[in-house]
Amino acid sequence: MSRSTITLLKTITWILCLWPLAILVWGAVTNNLGPDPIARITFSTGATTLNLLTISLAVTPVRRIVKPLAWIGPWRKLIGLFAFFYATLHLFTYIALYAGFNVQAMMSDIAKRRYITVGMLAWLLLLPLAATSFNWAIRKMGGKNWKRLHKLVYVAAVCGIIHYWWQVKPGVLSPMSNTIILAVLLAVRPVLDWIQDRKPLAAYSRS
Amino acid sequence: MLIRRPDDIPSSLITPKDQYLNRRRFLRGTASGLATAGAAALGLDRLANVISPRTRAFAGTKLETVKSPLSTTGEQLTSLEDITHYNNYYEFGVDKGDPAKNAGALPTRPWTVKVEGLVKQPKTFDIDALLKLRPLEDRVYRHRCVEAWSMVIPWVGYSLSEFIKQCEPLSNAKYVQFLSYYDKHVEKWTNESTIFWPYSEGLRMDEAMNPLTLLTFGMYGEVLPNQDGAPVRIVVPWKYGFKSAKSIVTVKFVEKEPHTTWNDQNGREYGFYSNVNPNHDHPRWSQKTERRIGQPFYAQRKATLMFNGYADQVASLYNGMNLDKYY
Repeated sequence: MSRSTITLLKTITWILCLWPLAILVWGAVTNNLGPDPIARITFSTGATTLNLLTISLAVTPVRRIVKPLAWIGPWRKLIGLFAFFYATLHLFTYIALYAGFNVQAMMSDIAKRRYITVGMLAWLLLLPLAATSFNWAIRKMGGKNWKRLHKLVYVAAVCGIIHYWWQVKPGVLSPMSNTIILAVLLAVRPVLDWIQDRKPLAAYSRS
Repeated sequence: MLIRRPDDIPSSLITPKDQYLNRRRFLRGTASGLATAGAAALGLDRLANVISPRTRAFAGTKLETVKSPLSTTGEQLTSLEDITHYNNYYEFGVDKGDPAKNAGALPTRPWTVKVEGLVKQPKTFDIDALLKLRPLEDRVYRHRCVEAWSMVIPWVGYSLSEFIKQCEPLSNAKYVQFLSYYDKHVEKWTNESTIFWPYSEGLRMDEAMNPLTLLTFGMYGEVLPNQDGAPVRIVVPWKYGFKSAKSIVTVKFVEKEPHTTWNDQNGREYGFYSNVNPNHDHPRWSQKTERRIGQPFYAQRKATLMFNGYADQVASLYNGMNLDKYY
């Protein structure tokens, strides 16, 4: 995979990742966000967050299983950071459009409404991950500590899915497909570890 | 026979095929200002646009209505476009836009409403007989969903009490139960939730007899679009929207409080009474405010009114009741 190809692909990825935001901005400007614009914005930013997080969690398993695709490594950080970007937009939608910047109302919500509690937790877990996404952070922390910290992404993803389940009406199954995909992506890691533990002489590398 | 033959339909109502297809594309979200303006100018045809061919023969059918002193004034009506594209009708899919896409499958003719239970004699009413029972009134009501959004809808119907008189309930009938249409072969989206169908709702007898409770056949002067509960539903404006059961096929008079679908799903969240009450929060969100549908995203939320603003007419039904306990 040549450098210029990777640059091209990364550019395309940027465009694709910004596309959901572009649709929202266009909708807002043309007053075309549907009957319930706040719900549309909230759902769109939340869904994009969860989907991007899920995709970023697929990078490592794909690299481990399909060796020739090892070059997709940089996409984990790229897509992961976009996931944090949309998570922040989602949080900001809540702060601005639902809570109207009312700090007391927000504190009350976070304390009383468990889906907001777990959602807030998910964002707080993603924050240090986003902040340490850069090479200087890895150098400063040391690779081992950095790896440990970034395992929090699994917790954040699970919090995100729980946030979705606790938000929908009881009985509604919309979060199911995301849940299944995420469960597979989380389960595949220990499974791959177990497989590779049984081949100690193979030149596989754990990531 | 209720099904109109092709030569019964005036040619002015028949939409040229290319226009029809264009409108479907528009409805699928390829919005443009021109299309919006064009569709809005189409008058009579407007309801015919929002449902698919099967029940188009009845869509847009005008209803003769009279004014009603029970109609709510001083509120801006929610647009027909919003009322018909933002629906909770889970039998046709759980997303808000699904009923508009899928409810065309609902067969609204022939249609009967069975009256059972503690009545002098079980009866079956044909929908067309129901339409002629009493003069149809224009009733504008606020509609408040438990999800904390609201609309203002110009319904068409008459007080349910008029219908109940025809049912001749016995003296020990304390509650009315409503069952909605359910056919898993028609409503193919019921696997998107774990809800048990048919949809069941209920009212206490005095709630059902209150003049505000509306046996509803239309909106905006025309028959109900399928996604809004065609061909007949109830509207109970002082309660959360899920109490206003859609597409009713059975009315049953009973002695004990009937089971209701959302209460079955989660009793802590959805009580039998479910009166609009800003002082009683839903376990997962506050009920103090609501979003009015159709406003731009920067619009302020509205304060929710006790009994959705109908306290004058209904508060007396709950004198002495602890509304935190009986939510």
